[in-house]
Amino acid sequence: MKKLMTGNEAIARGFYEAGGSIACAYPGTPSTEVLENIALYKDIYSEWAPNEKVALEVAIGSSIAGARSLAAMKHVGVNVAADPLMTFGYTGVNGGMVLVSADDPGMHSSQNEQDNRYYAKFAKIAMIEPSDSQEAKDFMKDAMEISEKFDVPVLYRVTTRICHSKTLVEFSDREEVGIKKYEKNIAKFVATPGNGRKLHVVVEDKLKKMEEFSNETRLNQVEWNDKKVGVITSGISYQYAKEVFGDNVSYLKLGFTHPLPFAKIEDFAKQVETLYVIEELEPYIEEQIKARGIDCIGKEKISNLGELNPDIIASALLGTEGEVAAAVAELKEDVIGRPPTLCAGCPHRGFFYTLSKKKNVMITGDIGCYTLGSAEPLNAMDTCICMGASISAGHGAQKAFNFHNVDKRVVSVIGDSTFFHTGILSLVDVMYNKGNSITVILDNRITGMTGHQQNPGTGYTLMGEETNQIDIPSVCKAIGVKNIIVVNPLDLNANEEALNKALASDEPSVIITQWPCALKKFSKEDKERFDCTPKTYEVKEDKCKQCKMCLKSGCPAISFDEVAKIDKTMCVGCSVCAQVCPFDAIEKVGE
Amino acid sequence: MCNVKNVLLVGVGGQGIILASKVLSSGLIDSGYDVKMSEVHGMAQRGGSVTTQVRYGEKVYSPIIGKGQADIIVAFERVEALRWLEYLKPGGKIVINDYAIPSATVLSGKEAYPENIIEKMEAKYEDITVIDAANEAIALGNIKAQNIIMLGGLIKSLGIEEINWDKALKDNVKEKFVELNMKAVKKGLESGVKEKAL
Ligand code: SF4
Ligand code: SF4
Repeated sequence: MKKLMTGNEAIARGFYEAGGSIACAYPGTPSTEVLENIALYKDIYSEWAPNEKVALEVAIGSSIAGARSLAAMKHVGVNVAADPLMTFGYTGVNGGMVLVSADDPGMHSSQNEQDNRYYAKFAKIAMIEPSDSQEAKDFMKDAMEISEKFDVPVLYRVTTRICHSKTLVEFSDREEVGIKKYEKNIAKFVATPGNGRKLHVVVEDKLKKMEEFSNETRLNQVEWNDKKVGVITSGISYQYAKEVFGDNVSYLKLGFTHPLPFAKIEDFAKQVETLYVIEELEPYIEEQIKARGIDCIGKEKISNLGELNPDIIASALLGTEGEVAAAVAELKEDVIGRPPTLCAGCPHRGFFYTLSKKKNVMITGDIGCYTLGSAEPLNAMDTCICMGASISAGHGAQKAFNFHNVDKRVVSVIGDSTFFHTGILSLVDVMYNKGNSITVILDNRITGMTGHQQNPGTGYTLMGEETNQIDIPSVCKAIGVKNIIVVNPLDLNANEEALNKALASDEPSVIITQWPCALKKFSKEDKERFDCTPKTYEVKEDKCKQCKMCLKSGCPAISFDEVAKIDKTMCVGCSVCAQVCPFDAIEKVGE
Repeated sequence: MCNVKNVLLVGVGGQGIILASKVLSSGLIDSGYDVKMSEVHGMAQRGGSVTTQVRYGEKVYSPIIGKGQADIIVAFERVEALRWLEYLKPGGKIVINDYAIPSATVLSGKEAYPENIIEKMEAKYEDITVIDAANEAIALGNIKAQNIIMLGGLIKSLGIEEINWDKALKDNVKEKFVELNMKAVKKGLESGVKEKAL
């Protein structure tokens, strides 16, 4: 059977075919769909972890127990998981273990564009880079075999274009590998300094063996054509290079990229007149082969900024410039911005509306839908660093203000999923170190930005089972917070009151807003707890005084054309605009 | 690689572009083409600009289309056509939905939605087909069927009507919408697309 599949679907299929049985992840674009698709295979146990470190540790544990396991995350997620990764590189595996790192060149939806290939080198583990969906599926089996053969975890490095492009995939059957025998092995799995020192020696030896393998494996292939130009490349860059040069140049296509096959590279380099290294982002391959004294052309021609594409390669190496661009310049003047915004009826909007009116506050933000609160017209954010940083960076800022007698309060905003991710520990820090910043946990009952994944607060698992629901107010109480205020964020007066109360206190406070995401499919509990009856609002044209206040709420359902108008197909009846309108011109329909 | 056709679908999150691209791709695969499809995810889903790219032919390498390389741009929204114009090949086709979705910057009064986009484009580009997909979809009973009407226009422009699109729809669309979408494809096929095939 042949099917068009995204790289993420293909990775899931590959894990299934390779006999994988335990998979764990924290959602993050572009990696999210790996686990969402694995969850469709009933032969695999899969779960969402609260963060990437935990996800990797779950996979490590199941590998040690003997199962073929997988952890998936986006590039910045590996930073969170780096601690166990470095040591697991030393201990090695029992059942095969693959860490999928989905990098985001071009930052389609990320805060930086780090090149995670360096993690494989850093952690001294094997790395595999597929270049389309077929390989994303097929190489998974190789990855499991390599992991078990060399006793190493494998970094399975993909990028947005692999994850989210669909290419044709031919299926195979699942190979039932069951579970390997577990035997207690303290010298291998207990990383005390004494054992670690010995393991380091073992790791260096494994790297030598893997380099030999790298020179032999069919994952690293030469395609001989004309020998005037030779191209060394890996991952999606191979496809771009093929697009530009077709069969006119020779290729060394690398699928196994740590350790690199230096003998093969040397041999290839010798036989071609000009050698290009074509790679996206950093000169990972180039640096290493130049260090071995092999001459090549790479980053001096192809930038390390942004996503690579065939155009960039063609203009850098063939000197072809796009001549069409000039022709459209004039028309392009009309193009308007189309930034992403909080959805119509998004529960965060109401709270941000109130918060943005507060004077003398610094708002530290975090990663999630609510990051969009930083955009106009709300402008309700001063910083956004990484998952969980809002509370700890906010604590740091508040300490600095307090220490230097600056009259400013800090409000940290964080989502429910992000609170469970790492925010929880940041809040522990605030309480432990006598901070007095205000933490706002925007609980929309789901993980919004990545497309509605369950988390420990929702009451459901990835596999759809009902589960223990962790109550955020109780958690905060257990951490020691005394001022806990729970509000409905759609009620602007309640927001105002909560913020005033928190700002008036010298103590740390936590405000928890609770209302389901406007796009969420309501669960049983949602229906019980929240008023979910469908509503819409409309503008009474004769009452509208054209003050445009409602536009300040930033709801995309509201536009202005002589009077304010509400798009009925978008409005979900959250009532925020009606509360904002000073002339009561916005009313619920049907009352 | 000259036998590869490059199709760029552009619009706004929520307009059903990804579904239209899926139906297109699955029809193309069934009739034996190598196909690669690339979509932009993530932030863009929250009211931002969304694109998908479909490349098909005997053998396709890159999943993405370069500037000046699209054989056809199918714009589900007027301004989005402008945004992606430099991707069009000289002499390429444009199929455009005569429909405006104001962006956040327009709603907040920071920018005005540009006027006469289609007229301005018609002055510079020869092969433009305008479809009033929103109203035609409403006439069919569901504004959401816009996307499949646009797909019909695309099919006509590419000259690939002989592919079994009913099957492609059945394979990709929820059962209760199949019939509506079959009508929508037909509407698109009839909607004044210029005859000259690519
Ligand atoms: S998806 Fe949900 S949480 Fe995210 S912006 Fe939309 S309504 Fe808000
Ligand atoms: S009630 Fe007002 S603010 Fe809420 S979704 Fe409708 S138009 Fe937007």
